[in-house]
Amino acid sequence: MSDDESRLSRRNALKCLAYGGAGTVFALSGGVFTPVDLAMAAGNRQSAGKLGKPLFVQISDTHIGFNKEANPDVAGTLTQTIDIVNAMGDQPALIIHTGDITHLSKAAEFDLAQQLFSRLRTAEMHTVPGEHDTTDATVTEYFNRFGKASNNKGYYSFDHDGVHFIGLINVLQFKPGGLGTLGEEQLAWVAADLKGRSASTPLVVFAHMPLWTIYEPWGWGTGDSDQLMNQLRRFGSVTVLNGHIHQIVQKVEGNITFHTARSTSYPQPLAGVGTGPGPLKVPADQLASMLGVTSVSVARHPSALALTDTALA
Amino acid sequence: MKIRRTQRIMTAVGMVILAAMEVYIPSAADTADSTAIIVRDFMFNPTPLTVKAGSTVTWTNRDDEPHNVVSDTGMFKSGGMDTNESFSFKFDKPGTYHFTCSIHPRMVGTVVVQ
Repeated sequence: MSDDESRLSRRNALKCLAYGGAGTVFALSGGVFTPVDLAMAAGNRQSAGKLGKPLFVQISDTHIGFNKEANPDVAGTLTQTIDIVNAMGDQPALIIHTGDITHLSKAAEFDLAQQLFSRLRTAEMHTVPGEHDTTDATVTEYFNRFGKASNNKGYYSFDHDGVHFIGLINVLQFKPGGLGTLGEEQLAWVAADLKGRSASTPLVVFAHMPLWTIYEPWGWGTGDSDQLMNQLRRFGSVTVLNGHIHQIVQKVEGNITFHTARSTSYPQPLAGVGTGPGPLKVPADQLASMLGVTSVSVARHPSALALTDTALA
Repeated sequence: MKIRRTQRIMTAVGMVILAAMEVYIPSAADTADSTAIIVRDFMFNPTPLTVKAGSTVTWTNRDDEPHNVVSDTGMFKSGGMDTNESFSFKFDKPGTYHFTCSIHPRMVGTVVVQ
């Protein structure tokens, strides 16, 4: 038994051991992320078989319309992603897309994305827009298709299986030279939405840009996210999911677990490496290992969410 | 002896020029006029750009990543510009005009109209 494994046993923490095709697998319990290397996960297929029904799968940064060298076939890698999700033994109840559905907010890109999404066996999809989805002059292409849930505001909440979900928009009220912004109106809405809600309600908060500062010089953060965190802190289990940076970065702060998902389109450089957060060109045989999705299931005792990242290869 | 030395210096100068050319060869479109702003490596260049009133400024994206141009006052806003796409705006009145790429808000620039 490895050190990691014994530590997990002592905490009686690892309720479900996750298994993914490649890359690193993460399990969460009691608010602590535990990276489990694949060799270990693969050796515990029995445990993997006991993995609870995934509550939802997070898909992010599909960038339909991108066609440059870093990935000339983003529709193909999204199709591969959908195949992986469709092949899961237990289908997730929901799909959450954390934005940058399209690359350039074009109608034809949204149309193709929706056509591809329609192949998902799980029909219920919840979305928030990324900044690439809102660059059309009138900012209507996204909202015409996905605005209904939020009455075209971009932020909304819903409940599923005892978990309270909050989708937020932080890509519209940008400040020059700054980070993403939630804005006073949206923050006031969150306060009203959470008022009177029991602290034992598990929360999942999702938005496109990271809701904590990962790297300010590249705008990888949200300027007024502290005001949001002040409202979330009293809850016993909070999972904050973002996309935008096309790679897994995570942090735990009290009961709040932050996690960014891989993209299904192309990787981006590590913070501060190179001239900017543009598409990262990698050898073709490495691309699939840098793309993927996050699967989230509920561990009832203790009531916490378990996250599993799965790469395309 | 003197000639030889001059030759050697000229060769050295030539190599420096060649080295510089290898790093960056501006395309005709990038240097054609003084009303062009190039977007490259997540930067607007030049900034500030100074033009005469009545000039039309053209922004051209040379990155693999899309960018846009949004006036801080809402005076102008481009759509998302993919690689090698351009956006133009005519500045009629003198003044200082700040703009941002709303996809990457750290990218800021200024046009000064005289």
